[in-house]
Amino acid sequence: MSKREVTVTVNGKEYRREVEPRMLLVDFLRDSAGLTGTHVGCDTSNCGACTVLMEGRSIKSCTFLAVAADGRDIMTIEGLAQDGDLHPIQKAFWENHGLQCGYCTPGMILSTVYLLSKNPNPTESQIRRGIAGNVCRCTGYQGIVNSIQSAAKTK
Amino acid sequence: MYPEKFDYFCPDTLEGVIELLTQYGDDAKIMAGGQSLIPLMKLRLASPKYVIDLDKLQNLSGISEQGGEIVIGAMTRYVELAESELVKSKLRLLHDAVNVVADVQVRNLGTVAGSLAHADPGGDLAPALLALNAQVDSVSSSGNRTQSVSDLLVDAYLSSLKGDEVITGIRVPIPPEGSGGTYLKFERRAGDFAVASVGVQLTLDKNGGCAEIAISMGAVGVTALRAAKAEGLLRGQAVSDDLLKEAASAASAETDPFSDIRGSEEYKRHLVGVLLRRAFDIASRRAGGEEVSTAHV
Repeated sequence: MSKREVTVTVNGKEYRREVEPRMLLVDFLRDSAGLTGTHVGCDTSNCGACTVLMEGRSIKSCTFLAVAADGRDIMTIEGLAQDGDLHPIQKAFWENHGLQCGYCTPGMILSTVYLLSKNPNPTESQIRRGIAGNVCRCTGYQGIVNSIQSAAKTK
Repeated sequence: MYPEKFDYFCPDTLEGVIELLTQYGDDAKIMAGGQSLIPLMKLRLASPKYVIDLDKLQNLSGISEQGGEIVIGAMTRYVELAESELVKSKLRLLHDAVNVVADVQVRNLGTVAGSLAHADPGGDLAPALLALNAQVDSVSSSGNRTQSVSDLLVDAYLSSLKGDEVITGIRVPIPPEGSGGTYLKFERRAGDFAVASVGVQLTLDKNGGCAEIAISMGAVGVTALRAAKAEGLLRGQAVSDDLLKEAASAASAETDPFSDIRGSEEYKRHLVGVLLRRAFDIASRRAGGEEVSTAHV
Protein backbone atom coordinates (compact mmCIF):
# COMPACT_ATOMS: atom_id res chain seq x y z
CA MET A 1 0.00 0.00 0.00
CA SER A 2 3.00 2.22 -0.51
CA LYS A 3 2.75 5.72 -1.88
CA ARG A 4 3.52 6.32 -5.52
CA GLU A 5 5.19 9.22 -7.17
CA VAL A 6 3.14 10.63 -10.00
CA THR A 7 3.66 13.50 -12.40
CA VAL A 8 0.48 15.08 -13.65
CA THR A 9 0.41 18.05 -16.00
CA VAL A 10 -2.37 20.42 -15.00
CA ASN A 11 -3.06 23.45 -17.17
CA GLY A 12 0.40 23.11 -18.70
CA LYS A 13 2.25 22.91 -15.38
CA GLU A 14 3.82 19.71 -14.04
CA TYR A 15 2.90 18.61 -10.52
CA ARG A 16 5.11 15.86 -9.08
CA ARG A 17 3.57 14.44 -5.90
CA GLU A 18 3.52 11.35 -3.72
CA VAL A 19 0.03 9.89 -3.63
CA GLU A 20 -1.73 6.96 -2.07
CA PRO A 21 -3.26 4.74 -4.78
CA ARG A 22 -6.70 5.45 -3.32
CA MET A 23 -6.43 9.21 -3.78
CA LEU A 24 -9.00 10.49 -6.25
CA LEU A 25 -8.01 12.90 -8.98
CA VAL A 26 -10.30 15.62 -7.61
CA ASP A 27 -8.54 15.48 -4.22
CA PHE A 28 -5.17 15.56 -5.96
CA LEU A 29 -6.21 18.70 -7.82
CA ARG A 30 -7.72 20.46 -4.81
CA ASP A 31 -5.52 19.34 -1.91
CA SER A 32 -2.24 18.41 -3.53
CA ALA A 33 -2.05 20.88 -6.40
CA GLY A 34 -4.04 23.57 -4.58
CA LEU A 35 -6.42 24.11 -7.49
CA THR A 36 -9.77 24.50 -5.76
CA GLY A 37 -11.71 25.62 -8.80
CA THR A 38 -12.71 22.00 -9.41
CA HIS A 39 -15.60 21.32 -7.04
CA VAL A 40 -16.71 18.22 -5.17
CA GLY A 41 -20.47 17.98 -5.46
CA CYS A 42 -22.14 14.63 -4.94
CA ASP A 43 -18.90 12.62 -4.79
CA THR A 44 -20.87 9.70 -6.28
CA SER A 45 -20.36 10.24 -10.03
CA ASN A 46 -23.79 11.78 -10.53
CA CYS A 47 -23.52 15.57 -10.56
CA GLY A 48 -20.56 16.47 -12.79
CA ALA A 49 -19.33 19.36 -10.58
CA CYS A 50 -15.85 17.78 -10.59
CA THR A 51 -15.63 17.57 -14.40
CA VAL A 52 -12.17 18.22 -15.84
CA LEU A 53 -10.59 17.44 -19.21
CA MET A 54 -8.05 14.63 -19.51
CA GLU A 55 -6.25 14.57 -22.87
CA GLY A 56 -9.10 16.78 -24.10
CA ARG A 57 -11.90 14.46 -22.96
CA SER A 58 -14.31 15.36 -20.17
CA ILE A 59 -14.18 13.04 -17.15
CA LYS A 60 -15.43 13.13 -13.57
CA SER A 61 -12.37 13.64 -11.41
CA CYS A 62 -14.17 12.11 -8.40
CA THR A 63 -14.31 8.83 -10.32
CA PHE A 64 -10.71 8.61 -11.47
CA LEU A 65 -7.62 7.71 -9.47
CA ALA A 66 -4.81 10.24 -9.19
CA VAL A 67 -2.31 7.40 -9.65
CA ALA A 68 -3.93 6.60 -13.01
CA ALA A 69 -3.43 10.21 -14.10
CA ASP A 70 0.35 9.76 -13.98
CA GLY A 71 1.89 11.19 -17.15
CA ARG A 72 -1.39 12.67 -18.30
CA ASP A 73 -2.55 16.12 -19.28
CA ILE A 74 -5.40 17.62 -17.26
CA MET A 75 -7.24 20.89 -17.81
CA THR A 76 -9.25 22.52 -15.02
CA ILE A 77 -11.25 25.74 -14.87
CA GLU A 78 -8.08 27.61 -13.79
CA GLY A 79 -6.55 26.85 -17.19
CA LEU A 80 -9.14 28.66 -19.29
CA ALA A 81 -8.64 32.40 -18.72
CA GLN A 82 -5.51 33.78 -20.36
CA ASP A 83 -3.65 36.73 -18.80
CA GLY A 84 -6.76 37.76 -16.88
CA ASP A 85 -9.03 37.65 -19.94
CA LEU A 86 -11.95 35.31 -19.57
CA HIS A 87 -12.24 32.43 -22.05
CA PRO A 88 -15.08 33.07 -24.56
CA ILE A 89 -17.17 30.34 -22.88
CA GLN A 90 -16.68 31.93 -19.46
CA LYS A 91 -17.65 35.28 -20.94
CA ALA A 92 -20.76 33.75 -22.52
CA PHE A 93 -21.85 32.27 -19.16
CA TRP A 94 -21.33 35.66 -17.53
CA GLU A 95 -23.29 37.57 -20.15
CA ASN A 96 -26.18 35.10 -20.48
CA HIS A 97 -26.94 34.34 -16.82
CA GLY A 98 -25.45 30.88 -17.16
CA LEU A 99 -24.94 30.69 -13.40
CA GLN A 100 -26.53 31.66 -10.15
CA CYS A 101 -24.75 30.14 -7.16
CA GLY A 102 -21.82 29.08 -9.35
CA TYR A 103 -21.16 25.72 -7.76
CA CYS A 104 -21.77 23.67 -10.92
CA THR A 105 -20.18 26.27 -13.20
CA PRO A 106 -16.58 24.98 -13.48
CA GLY A 107 -17.81 21.51 -14.42
CA MET A 108 -20.49 22.93 -16.69
CA ILE A 109 -17.93 25.08 -18.51
CA LEU A 110 -15.48 22.20 -18.99
CA SER A 111 -18.29 20.03 -20.35
CA THR A 112 -19.02 22.90 -22.74
CA VAL A 113 -15.37 23.08 -23.81
CA TYR A 114 -15.52 19.36 -24.64
CA LEU A 115 -18.91 19.62 -26.37
CA LEU A 116 -17.82 22.51 -28.61
CA SER A 117 -14.49 20.79 -29.40
CA LYS A 118 -16.50 17.85 -30.78
CA ASN A 119 -19.36 19.82 -32.27
CA PRO A 120 -18.75 23.56 -32.82
CA ASN A 121 -22.38 24.23 -33.81
CA PRO A 122 -24.61 22.05 -31.65
CA THR A 123 -28.41 22.12 -31.81
CA GLU A 124 -30.31 22.82 -28.60
CA SER A 125 -31.00 19.11 -28.12
CA GLN A 126 -27.32 18.27 -28.70
CA ILE A 127 -26.40 20.87 -26.07
CA ARG A 128 -28.82 19.38 -23.57
CA ARG A 129 -27.47 15.88 -24.25
CA GLY A 130 -23.92 17.23 -24.01
CA ILE A 131 -24.45 18.59 -20.49
CA ALA A 132 -26.65 15.70 -19.30
CA GLY A 133 -23.85 14.67 -16.92
CA ASN A 134 -23.84 18.04 -15.17
CA VAL A 135 -26.48 18.94 -12.62
CA CYS A 136 -27.49 22.56 -11.90
CA ARG A 137 -29.98 23.19 -9.10
CA CYS A 138 -30.39 26.94 -9.68
CA THR A 139 -30.83 27.98 -13.27
CA GLY A 140 -33.29 25.49 -14.69
CA TYR A 141 -30.65 25.10 -17.43
CA GLN A 142 -32.18 27.64 -19.83
CA GLY A 143 -29.53 30.26 -19.03
CA ILE A 144 -26.84 27.64 -19.47
CA VAL A 145 -28.20 26.51 -22.84
CA ASN A 146 -28.36 30.17 -23.93
CA SER A 147 -24.75 30.66 -22.79
CA ILE A 148 -23.53 27.66 -24.77
CA GLN A 149 -25.41 28.79 -27.87
CA SER A 150 -23.85 32.22 -27.50
CA ALA A 151 -20.37 30.74 -26.96
CA ALA A 152 -20.77 28.61 -30.08
CA LYS A 153 -21.55 31.73 -32.11
CA THR A 154 -18.65 33.81 -30.82
CA LYS A 155 -15.98 31.12 -30.89
CA MET B 1 -15.25 9.57 0.20
CA TYR B 2 -12.18 7.44 0.05
CA PRO B 3 -11.94 3.78 -0.88
CA GLU B 4 -10.21 1.42 1.54
CA LYS B 5 -6.47 1.24 1.04
CA PHE B 6 -5.32 -0.87 -1.86
CA ASP B 7 -2.27 -1.45 -3.99
CA TYR B 8 -2.38 -0.43 -7.62
CA PHE B 9 -0.86 -2.08 -10.68
CA CYS B 10 -0.98 -0.99 -14.28
CA PRO B 11 0.77 -3.74 -16.29
CA ASP B 12 1.52 -3.21 -19.95
CA THR B 13 1.04 -6.81 -21.05
CA LEU B 14 -1.84 -9.27 -20.78
CA GLU B 15 0.59 -11.85 -19.41
CA GLY B 16 1.45 -9.42 -16.63
CA VAL B 17 -2.24 -9.01 -15.80
CA ILE B 18 -2.82 -12.77 -15.60
CA GLU B 19 0.30 -13.23 -13.49
CA LEU B 20 -0.99 -10.69 -10.94
CA LEU B 21 -4.46 -12.27 -10.96
CA THR B 22 -2.94 -15.71 -10.38
CA GLN B 23 -0.85 -14.33 -7.53
CA TYR B 24 -3.56 -12.34 -5.73
CA GLY B 25 -6.71 -14.32 -6.58
CA ASP B 26 -9.91 -13.01 -5.01
CA ASP B 27 -8.08 -10.11 -3.35
CA ALA B 28 -7.54 -8.54 -6.78
CA LYS B 29 -10.00 -6.71 -8.99
CA ILE B 30 -9.58 -5.67 -12.61
CA MET B 31 -10.28 -2.06 -13.48
CA ALA B 32 -11.36 -1.44 -17.06
CA GLY B 33 -12.46 2.20 -17.02
CA GLY B 34 -13.47 2.20 -13.37
CA GLN B 35 -16.83 3.89 -13.81
CA SER B 36 -18.63 1.19 -11.82
CA LEU B 37 -15.70 -0.06 -9.73
CA ILE B 38 -14.56 3.27 -8.28
CA PRO B 39 -18.05 4.30 -7.07
CA LEU B 40 -18.43 0.83 -5.48
CA MET B 41 -15.04 1.18 -3.79
CA LYS B 42 -15.89 4.67 -2.52
CA LEU B 43 -19.10 3.33 -1.00
CA ARG B 44 -16.99 0.45 0.42
CA LEU B 45 -19.29 -2.03 -1.27
CA ALA B 46 -16.11 -3.37 -2.86
CA SER B 47 -12.74 -3.28 -1.12
CA PRO B 48 -10.19 -5.13 -3.23
CA LYS B 49 -6.67 -5.23 -1.81
CA TYR B 50 -5.19 -5.02 -5.29
CA VAL B 51 -6.49 -3.06 -8.27
CA ILE B 52 -5.16 -4.12 -11.65
CA ASP B 53 -5.75 -1.38 -14.20
CA LEU B 54 -5.96 -2.49 -17.85
CA ASP B 55 -5.39 1.06 -19.05
CA LYS B 56 -1.99 0.39 -20.61
CA LEU B 57 -3.18 -2.54 -22.74
CA GLN B 58 -3.55 -0.38 -25.83
CA ASN B 59 -3.70 -3.40 -28.14
CA LEU B 60 -7.00 -4.38 -26.48
CA SER B 61 -8.60 -1.21 -27.83
CA GLY B 62 -10.22 -0.65 -31.20
CA ILE B 63 -13.06 -1.54 -33.55
CA SER B 64 -12.60 -3.40 -36.84
CA GLU B 65 -14.46 -5.47 -39.40
CA GLN B 66 -13.07 -8.99 -39.80
CA GLY B 67 -14.69 -11.78 -41.82
CA GLY B 68 -18.35 -10.85 -41.36
CA GLU B 69 -17.90 -9.72 -37.78
CA ILE B 70 -17.33 -6.45 -35.98
CA VAL B 71 -14.51 -7.04 -33.52
CA ILE B 72 -14.40 -4.77 -30.47
CA GLY B 73 -11.35 -4.73 -28.21
CA ALA B 74 -12.07 -5.16 -24.52
CA MET B 75 -10.72 -1.72 -23.56
CA THR B 76 -12.68 0.16 -26.24
CA ARG B 77 -14.41 3.07 -24.53
CA TYR B 78 -18.11 3.81 -25.07
CA VAL B 79 -17.23 7.10 -26.74
CA GLU B 80 -15.22 5.28 -29.41
CA LEU B 81 -18.18 3.04 -30.20
CA ALA B 82 -20.58 5.99 -30.16
CA GLU B 83 -18.41 7.84 -32.68
CA SER B 84 -17.72 4.81 -34.90
CA GLU B 85 -19.29 5.05 -38.37
CA LEU B 86 -18.72 1.30 -38.74
CA VAL B 87 -20.86 0.59 -35.68
CA LYS B 88 -23.52 3.11 -36.72
CA SER B 89 -23.85 1.65 -40.21
CA LYS B 90 -23.61 -2.07 -39.38
CA LEU B 91 -24.77 -2.39 -35.76
CA ARG B 92 -27.33 0.34 -35.24
CA LEU B 93 -28.71 -1.37 -32.12
CA LEU B 94 -25.30 -1.14 -30.45
CA HIS B 95 -24.92 2.47 -31.59
CA ASP B 96 -28.24 3.32 -29.91
CA ALA B 97 -27.21 1.51 -26.73
CA VAL B 98 -23.80 3.12 -26.23
CA ASN B 99 -25.35 6.54 -26.71
CA VAL B 100 -27.68 6.09 -23.74
CA VAL B 101 -25.13 4.75 -21.26
CA ALA B 102 -24.95 7.13 -18.29
CA ASP B 103 -23.57 10.49 -19.47
CA VAL B 104 -20.80 12.00 -21.59
CA GLN B 105 -18.12 11.85 -18.88
CA VAL B 106 -18.81 8.20 -18.03
CA ARG B 107 -18.85 7.29 -21.74
CA ASN B 108 -15.41 8.89 -22.10
CA LEU B 109 -13.91 6.35 -19.66
CA GLY B 110 -16.19 3.32 -19.39
CA THR B 111 -15.50 0.24 -21.49
CA VAL B 112 -17.68 -2.40 -23.12
CA ALA B 113 -15.91 -5.36 -21.54
CA GLY B 114 -15.90 -3.65 -18.14
CA SER B 115 -19.65 -3.32 -18.37
CA LEU B 116 -20.09 -6.97 -19.39
CA ALA B 117 -17.80 -8.31 -16.66
CA HIS B 118 -19.50 -6.14 -14.03
CA ALA B 119 -22.82 -7.80 -14.99
CA ASP B 120 -25.01 -5.07 -13.55
CA PRO B 121 -28.64 -6.11 -14.15
CA GLY B 122 -29.36 -2.52 -15.24
CA GLY B 123 -26.41 -2.23 -17.63
CA ASP B 124 -27.10 -1.37 -21.28
CA LEU B 125 -24.31 -3.28 -23.04
CA ALA B 126 -25.39 -6.76 -21.96
CA PRO B 127 -28.92 -6.57 -23.42
CA ALA B 128 -27.58 -4.86 -26.56
CA LEU B 129 -24.95 -7.53 -27.19
CA LEU B 130 -27.38 -10.30 -26.24
CA ALA B 131 -29.77 -9.27 -29.02
CA LEU B 132 -26.85 -9.16 -31.47
CA ASN B 133 -25.68 -12.72 -30.63
CA ALA B 134 -22.23 -11.44 -29.68
CA GLN B 135 -19.42 -13.75 -28.60
CA VAL B 136 -17.03 -12.88 -25.78
CA ASP B 137 -13.35 -13.86 -26.03
CA SER B 138 -11.31 -14.23 -22.88
CA VAL B 139 -7.95 -15.52 -21.72
CA SER B 140 -6.76 -17.05 -18.46
CA SER B 141 -3.83 -19.11 -17.20
CA SER B 142 -5.58 -22.17 -18.67
CA GLY B 143 -5.88 -20.69 -22.17
CA ASN B 144 -8.39 -18.94 -24.40
CA ARG B 145 -12.12 -19.44 -24.61
CA THR B 146 -15.14 -17.98 -26.33
CA GLN B 147 -18.63 -17.85 -24.89
CA SER B 148 -21.98 -16.27 -25.65
CA VAL B 149 -23.20 -13.26 -23.68
CA SER B 150 -25.92 -15.40 -22.08
CA ASP B 151 -23.29 -17.89 -20.87
CA LEU B 152 -21.19 -15.01 -19.52
CA LEU B 153 -24.06 -13.57 -17.46
CA VAL B 154 -24.70 -15.87 -14.52
CA ASP B 155 -26.53 -13.72 -11.98
CA ALA B 156 -26.75 -10.13 -10.77
CA TYR B 157 -23.16 -8.79 -10.65
CA LEU B 158 -21.86 -12.29 -11.34
CA SER B 159 -20.19 -13.40 -14.56
CA SER B 160 -18.82 -16.80 -15.51
CA LEU B 161 -15.26 -15.38 -15.65
CA LYS B 162 -12.83 -17.27 -13.46
CA GLY B 163 -10.54 -15.54 -10.98
CA ASP B 164 -7.63 -15.20 -13.37
CA GLU B 165 -9.68 -14.66 -16.54
CA VAL B 166 -9.77 -11.44 -18.57
CA ILE B 167 -12.10 -10.50 -21.43
CA THR B 168 -9.97 -9.61 -24.46
CA GLY B 169 -12.64 -8.75 -26.99
CA ILE B 170 -16.19 -9.02 -28.24
CA ARG B 171 -17.17 -10.26 -31.68
CA VAL B 172 -20.52 -9.30 -33.17
CA PRO B 173 -21.81 -10.98 -36.35
CA ILE B 174 -22.82 -8.38 -38.94
CA PRO B 175 -26.57 -8.76 -39.62
CA PRO B 176 -27.53 -9.62 -43.23
CA GLU B 177 -29.03 -7.19 -45.78
CA GLY B 178 -32.61 -6.24 -44.96
CA SER B 179 -31.93 -6.12 -41.22
CA GLY B 180 -32.66 -3.39 -38.75
CA GLY B 181 -32.33 -2.93 -35.04
CA THR B 182 -32.70 -0.54 -32.16
CA TYR B 183 -32.23 -0.33 -28.41
CA LEU B 184 -34.74 1.65 -26.38
CA LYS B 185 -34.09 2.57 -22.78
CA PHE B 186 -36.60 4.20 -20.48
CA GLU B 187 -35.03 6.21 -17.66
CA ARG B 188 -36.45 8.39 -14.90
CA ARG B 189 -33.96 11.17 -15.49
CA ALA B 190 -30.98 11.86 -17.73
CA GLY B 191 -28.09 9.48 -17.12
CA ASP B 192 -29.88 7.08 -14.79
CA PHE B 193 -29.93 3.32 -15.12
CA ALA B 194 -32.87 1.96 -17.10
CA VAL B 195 -36.27 1.39 -15.52
CA ALA B 196 -36.48 -1.12 -18.35
CA SER B 197 -34.90 -1.44 -21.79
CA VAL B 198 -35.59 -3.47 -24.93
CA GLY B 199 -33.34 -4.37 -27.86
CA VAL B 200 -34.84 -5.60 -31.13
CA GLN B 201 -32.78 -6.92 -34.05
CA LEU B 202 -34.77 -8.27 -37.01
CA THR B 203 -34.49 -9.24 -40.66
CA LEU B 204 -37.36 -8.76 -43.10
CA ASP B 205 -38.19 -11.20 -45.89
CA LYS B 206 -38.91 -9.98 -49.42
CA ASN B 207 -42.63 -9.53 -48.61
CA GLY B 208 -41.92 -7.42 -45.56
CA GLY B 209 -42.59 -10.25 -43.11
CA CYS B 210 -40.39 -10.89 -40.09
CA ALA B 211 -37.90 -13.56 -41.22
CA GLU B 212 -35.66 -13.47 -38.16
CA ILE B 213 -35.83 -11.64 -34.85
CA ALA B 214 -33.97 -11.34 -31.57
CA ILE B 215 -35.48 -9.49 -28.60
CA SER B 216 -33.58 -8.69 -25.42
CA MET B 217 -34.67 -6.99 -22.21
CA GLY B 218 -32.63 -5.12 -19.63
CA ALA B 219 -33.21 -4.21 -15.96
CA VAL B 220 -36.12 -6.64 -15.64
CA GLY B 221 -34.30 -9.67 -14.27
CA VAL B 222 -31.08 -10.59 -12.48
CA THR B 223 -29.38 -10.62 -15.88
CA ALA B 224 -30.27 -9.28 -19.32
CA LEU B 225 -32.89 -11.62 -20.81
CA ARG B 226 -33.97 -12.84 -24.24
CA ALA B 227 -37.72 -12.88 -24.91
CA ALA B 228 -37.74 -16.31 -26.56
CA LYS B 229 -41.53 -16.75 -26.58
CA ALA B 230 -42.14 -13.34 -28.09
CA GLU B 231 -39.46 -14.05 -30.70
CA GLY B 232 -41.20 -17.36 -31.52
CA LEU B 233 -44.53 -15.62 -32.07
CA LEU B 234 -43.05 -13.11 -34.51
CA ARG B 235 -40.46 -15.20 -36.38
CA GLY B 236 -41.59 -16.14 -39.89
CA GLN B 237 -44.79 -14.10 -39.63
CA ALA B 238 -46.34 -11.15 -41.43
CA VAL B 239 -46.68 -9.11 -38.24
CA SER B 240 -50.07 -7.46 -37.63
CA ASP B 241 -50.83 -5.04 -34.80
CA ASP B 242 -52.67 -7.79 -32.97
CA LEU B 243 -49.78 -10.23 -33.26
CA LEU B 244 -47.34 -7.55 -32.06
CA LYS B 245 -49.58 -6.90 -29.04
CA GLU B 246 -49.64 -10.62 -28.33
CA ALA B 247 -45.82 -10.75 -28.56
CA ALA B 248 -45.57 -7.71 -26.26
CA SER B 249 -47.70 -9.51 -23.66
CA ALA B 250 -45.54 -12.61 -24.03
CA ALA B 251 -42.37 -10.56 -23.51
CA SER B 252 -43.86 -8.90 -20.40
CA ALA B 253 -44.60 -12.35 -19.00
CA GLU B 254 -41.03 -13.47 -19.69
CA THR B 255 -39.55 -10.77 -17.45
CA ASP B 256 -38.73 -11.26 -13.79
CA PRO B 257 -38.42 -7.75 -12.37
CA PHE B 258 -38.52 -6.64 -8.77
CA SER B 259 -40.07 -3.48 -7.37
CA ASP B 260 -37.59 -0.80 -6.44
CA ILE B 261 -37.06 2.96 -6.47
CA ARG B 262 -37.31 2.96 -10.29
CA GLY B 263 -40.76 1.39 -10.43
CA SER B 264 -43.02 -1.44 -9.38
CA GLU B 265 -42.77 -4.92 -10.78
CA GLU B 266 -46.11 -4.43 -12.54
CA TYR B 267 -45.02 -1.13 -14.09
CA LYS B 268 -41.76 -2.59 -15.41
CA ARG B 269 -43.60 -5.52 -16.99
CA HIS B 270 -45.99 -3.11 -18.70
CA LEU B 271 -43.13 -0.91 -19.83
CA VAL B 272 -41.34 -3.81 -21.53
CA GLY B 273 -44.43 -4.45 -23.67
CA VAL B 274 -44.65 -0.79 -24.69
CA LEU B 275 -40.93 -0.56 -25.48
CA LEU B 276 -41.08 -3.78 -27.52
CA ARG B 277 -43.83 -2.43 -29.74
CA ARG B 278 -41.96 0.84 -30.28
CA ALA B 279 -38.66 -0.93 -30.89
CA PHE B 280 -40.23 -3.39 -33.34
CA ASP B 281 -41.66 -0.48 -35.34
CA ILE B 282 -38.31 1.35 -35.47
CA ALA B 283 -36.31 -1.80 -36.29
CA SER B 284 -38.76 -2.72 -39.10
CA ARG B 285 -38.60 0.74 -40.63
CA ARG B 286 -34.81 0.73 -40.44
CA ALA B 287 -34.74 -2.73 -42.03
CA GLY B 288 -36.74 -1.18 -44.89
CA GLY B 289 -34.06 1.45 -45.35
CA GLU B 290 -35.75 4.34 -43.53
CA GLU B 291 -33.61 6.59 -41.31
CA VAL B 292 -35.28 6.69 -37.91
CA SER B 293 -33.92 8.65 -34.96
CA THR B 294 -34.41 7.37 -31.42
CA ALA B 295 -33.37 10.61 -29.76
CA HIS B 296 -36.84 11.34 -28.38
CA VAL B 297 -38.48 7.95 -28.12
